[in-house]
Amino acid sequence: MSILVYIESNQNQIKKSSFESLSYAKKLSKLISLDVIAVVINCSELAPLSDFGPDKIISINEKKLETFNAHNYADVISNVSKSVSAKNIIISDSINCKYLASLLSVKLDAAFVSNVVSLPNSTNPFVVKRSTFSNKAFCDIEINSEIRILSISKNSIGLNENKSEPIIINPDINFTESKLTSESIKVSEEKVSIEDADVVVSAGRGLKGPENWNIVEDLAKTLNAATACSKPVSDMGWRPHSEHVGQTGKPVSTNLYIAIGISGAIQHLAGVSSSKVKVVINNDPEAPFFKVADYGIVGDAFEVVPKLNEKLKAFQAENN
Amino acid sequence: MKILVCISCVPDTTSKINFKNNDTEFDNSQIQYIINPNDEFGLTRAVWFKENDGAEIDVVSVGLDNNDQILRKALAIGADSAFRINQEALDSFQVAKLLSAHISNNNYDLVIAGRESIDYNGGMVPGIIAEILNFNYVTNCVGLEITDSSAEIKREIEGGVETLTCKLPLIIGAQKGLVEESDLKIPNMRGIMQARQKPFEIIQGKTEETKTKTFKFEKPESNKEIKLVSPDNLDELIQYLHNEAKVI
Ligand SMILES: Cc1cc2nc3c(=O)[nH]c(=O)nc-3n(C[C@H](O)[C@H](O)[C@H](O)COP(=O)(O)OP(=O)(O)OC[C@H]3O[C@@H](n4cnc5c(N)ncnc54)[C@H](O)[C@@H]3O)c2cc1C
Ligand SMILES: Nc1ncnc2c1ncn2[C@@H]1O[C@H](COP(=O)(O)O)[C@@H](O)[C@H]1O
Repeated sequence: MSILVYIESNQNQIKKSSFESLSYAKKLSKLISLDVIAVVINCSELAPLSDFGPDKIISINEKKLETFNAHNYADVISNVSKSVSAKNIIISDSINCKYLASLLSVKLDAAFVSNVVSLPNSTNPFVVKRSTFSNKAFCDIEINSEIRILSISKNSIGLNENKSEPIIINPDINFTESKLTSESIKVSEEKVSIEDADVVVSAGRGLKGPENWNIVEDLAKTLNAATACSKPVSDMGWRPHSEHVGQTGKPVSTNLYIAIGISGAIQHLAGVSSSKVKVVINNDPEAPFFKVADYGIVGDAFEVVPKLNEKLKAFQAENN
Repeated sequence: MKILVCISCVPDTTSKINFKNNDTEFDNSQIQYIINPNDEFGLTRAVWFKENDGAEIDVVSVGLDNNDQILRKALAIGADSAFRINQEALDSFQVAKLLSAHISNNNYDLVIAGRESIDYNGGMVPGIIAEILNFNYVTNCVGLEITDSSAEIKREIEGGVETLTCKLPLIIGAQKGLVEESDLKIPNMRGIMQARQKPFEIIQGKTEETKTKTFKFEKPESNKEIKLVSPDNLDELIQYLHNEAKVI
């Protein structure tokens, strides 16, 4: 029996969220005394994994798995899980992990619990806390199946370094090839994605029009942040849909969320409230966002944001 | 083409979430229910296929009779027939199994669900159905075109979009972007009148096993006091972020 962690990578670079999954697994292994096995698909840079304590790494290299396909990946991970009798499968809350996990859960007859925010508060029965109602609440959930898949909410557990010297295995694998074919993938290389970002700079209708977004982008650039927006901003076409965050857009669970000219409607807050530190910049001191933020500036975005950007650059120059 | 839209009935997005009976149950006393927004995007796309390609649309929901008004709204928006599987929705596996049974009895070419429900936020039901029925499955779906029996699907990925193709049958998890916000339909009087004449069937459904049990809720801690910084003293904010919050 073991704890299996699926490690995601992108061009040989392991994703930070996977280190968090591994940190979770390692902590879990202390509670239930099982080995932690990492499974990685088509990634040759495995060294960073040993900072987070796996006992074993199963490294799969297969040309047919070059592009992510949820059906194929679920099949491979299911076969690996069976081969190591994994009872606990830990993944991140990323788009691809959640996509494959629901398929995997049927293959393994496992429960899949997403948005997990804590280690189990009991292991027999197995009970974990997850966020629900679009972050407006948490619930304790008891898992009755023998095998369980947990996806860990970003930034909820954090990274926990724990050096190990894992054995690396390159198994032969077989899987049933899916009939779903990927035709093309378009990603904007130069931009940080909301999912991966540690900092997100988000702006709303207070910015008056798309032509004013340069101040947002400049600030984001300084902070190596992703840009995001409120729903009306994407509805009006000022920004692409992919930037819309909130209850009906993307969830944001980042270290630092800066909200500029966003009033803080309940649907917006639901999606971003699990971010650790929230800063609000708004000229209306009554804006509801001030009730949930950690730091606030009552002021005109058009003055504050460029000034803040300059000050941050100066701060960075001094500190590097 | 025969389409099924799976609809989960969720609290209105403006709802304040409260619990009762010692935080063991959701308090629905002040709650207005709506069609899950992700499902509404899917339904709207289905209506487009009906209007443009003559598709036939069924809608289905697993739940008790308070879901009926939501299914009637879906009929008023343009679905042809509604089904309610009369079991209280308890977990994703149970719901997916009930829906799978309905789907295999009815030969759908396309099943549309949402990326996730905004109450449970599981994001699991369509994937479980796909695997049970051996359907192609794409979630985070932001584009869907069907020609004859082939589908071209756009899927949101981190930082971009992937285009995929497959043959039907297919199940998707719809989300914002699949249709324009301005295409969402508010039922008009005529639609509401017509909905009353449309078939509405209540299916008993089996008692399915569950794998999970939610038994206790809590609300996030209310925030500590906000620290306000003057726009003339932005260095103070930088110091807070660096020394106190340690995020820069
Ligand atoms: C079903 C449903 C789902 C929804 N889902 C979402 C969702 O997922 N995400 C989301 O964001 N919204 C969502 N909404 C919309 C939400 O209710 C609000 O309408 C929206 O969040 C408001 O966007 P905003 O804050 O950009 O605009 P506004 O509410 O118009 O706020 C603009 C703010 O900018 C401030 N401002 C103006 N000028 C300046 C200036 N010069 N400097 C600084 N500040 C300034 C104003 O004081 C104001 O607070 C949803 C709504 C519905 C009905
Ligand atoms: N009780 C239900 N009845 C019908 N469809 C549902 C139900 N619950 C979930 N679904 C569908 O599955 C999608 C994902 O739900 P979930 O897995 O709960 O996040 C929803 O958007 C619906 O399309």
